[in-house]
Amino acid sequence: MRDDDLAAAGVAPAATTLSSRPRVAVLGAGHTGPVIARVAMAAGYPVTIAASGDPANIALITDVLAPGAEARWAADAVADAGIVVLAIPLHRFPDLDPALLAGRLVVDTMNYWPPVDGVQEMFDDPAYGSSEIVQRRLARSRVVKTLNHIGYHELEDDRRPPGAPDRRALGVAGDDPAAVRTVADLIERIGYDAVPLDGLRVGRLLQPGGPVFGVSLGRTEFTRALARTDHTDRGSS
Amino acid sequence: MTTAPAFPLVLGLDTFGDVTHDADDRPLSHARTIRDIVEQGVLADQVGVDFFGIGEHHTDDFPLSAADVVLGAIAARTSRIRLGSAVTVLSSDDPVRVFQRYSTLDAVSGGRAEVILGRGSSIDSFPLFGYDLADYEQLFEEKAQLFAELRKGGPVTWKGTMRAALHEQDVVPHTESGPFPAWIGVGGNPQSVIRAARYDYGLMLAIIGGSPARFAPFSRLFHQALTQLGKDPLPIGVHSPGHVAATDEQAREEFFPRYQEMIRRVARTRGFAVPTRESFLREVGPHGALYVGSPETVARKIAANLVVLGANRFEMKYGMGGLSHEALMTGIELYGTRVVPRVRELLS
Repeated sequence: MRDDDLAAAGVAPAATTLSSRPRVAVLGAGHTGPVIARVAMAAGYPVTIAASGDPANIALITDVLAPGAEARWAADAVADAGIVVLAIPLHRFPDLDPALLAGRLVVDTMNYWPPVDGVQEMFDDPAYGSSEIVQRRLARSRVVKTLNHIGYHELEDDRRPPGAPDRRALGVAGDDPAAVRTVADLIERIGYDAVPLDGLRVGRLLQPGGPVFGVSLGRTEFTRALARTDHTDRGSS
Repeated sequence: MTTAPAFPLVLGLDTFGDVTHDADDRPLSHARTIRDIVEQGVLADQVGVDFFGIGEHHTDDFPLSAADVVLGAIAARTSRIRLGSAVTVLSSDDPVRVFQRYSTLDAVSGGRAEVILGRGSSIDSFPLFGYDLADYEQLFEEKAQLFAELRKGGPVTWKGTMRAALHEQDVVPHTESGPFPAWIGVGGNPQSVIRAARYDYGLMLAIIGGSPARFAPFSRLFHQALTQLGKDPLPIGVHSPGHVAATDEQAREEFFPRYQEMIRRVARTRGFAVPTRESFLREVGPHGALYVGSPETVARKIAANLVVLGANRFEMKYGMGGLSHEALMTGIELYGTRVVPRVRELLS
């Protein structure tokens, strides 16, 4: 995983490896944001973190829970980010200004989960997955759905180096192939097998009630579980 | 590593009041379940448990909606054990009423009341009492703040947006010996950790899945927030599910089918994975959140995690949908007579 590990294995790290890793801006300092910040930093990504207001409000959380990450105003965090991770509760999403994220690659880790969070009007349309609705609202961003089907409390402990027999698979779904590649690379570097899914529509398989939600599966079982489920039948689930 | 506990070691039991089953595995009535819980609380007192907590729920499987009434019944038949909620869903309750109910419990129990406040992890109470989930954060923030004012005693002046303002309001009954202990239950939200520090609540870490060690940064965050705010240290507790029986194997065999069935029921509506035996055994192991096993196994795990988390209090959430009253009574007896002294020994 680390460059020196790779070097020890006889693989010369590319000179640009570290500097070429895009900056990750994590929006949200609640349950998931600090965890994502930590694992991204451990994978060599520079990370900023932002909540809804003054970065001073999250300075202590950032210092203690994600040391090395920089707390910023959301606009400043997004400005130089190659990847923006939405780690906010879904019900806060309607308050987010789409202009803030225009032109950005946005990772959507959120879930529409009515039994837990209540019915959200914007997302209460069984014809679309929640990330499709996020993409429709963030029309000028490229949205990729991932990290939504693993518990935030598992994200650190379940990381494994490439090739480990118990390495867990995570789905990466998006409509823009280049964006999916960039995010799949992040997932691999964090410590998971990335399974790209062609289109946010297919990404509905990653949602609550879907075949891989909250289940720890290796790549083969993961792909098999997705293949068993015909996503076109999942409209009313 | 966090600092060593500066507070006395407290070892308690919590229940969510899951409906118990009879010998033929049929669910007993809500009323019978509630009376059984009174017996369980009385036994916990007799066998040396320090604290008995009841978590508020509002469903057919968990009918314990009025914990303070049940705690009052236990108070009348005990003299030593401390009694409290675990948790009170403050977001959909009224802080003045919560204060009044628990200061009344404090009176009838001779100063043994505590309250653990939470936002609530399920939403059953919101429609029941007419609250909007969209106000979830604001409700908890304001009510935690108001409750902190009420707890100090004396006339209260407070103004917010989610409830009527109070002006120099005397709220009765007054407590006899200062504020009763109050905690905020935190399931993983760092803002809640800081809120507990800001309003002088103890920190109760609810660890129900995954490695307990991952909560150690929350203990550090709590200490640092208190330092930054110029406040005195406050206690840290841990709440996790468990079941004690004579042997590891017996505890697992009794617990697993109930645990799996319970999560299967919840998963049907929430859409997440049902635990397998493999995932269950991971949670029972040293890096999991379940305290299921013989007294020695459970005691060792409690002691180890209290050290890792810099905590001075452990509350085992006993009972898992459908276990019998008899199995629970045996578990409580083993917890009080074997686990509690063993943890004290390991940490002394």
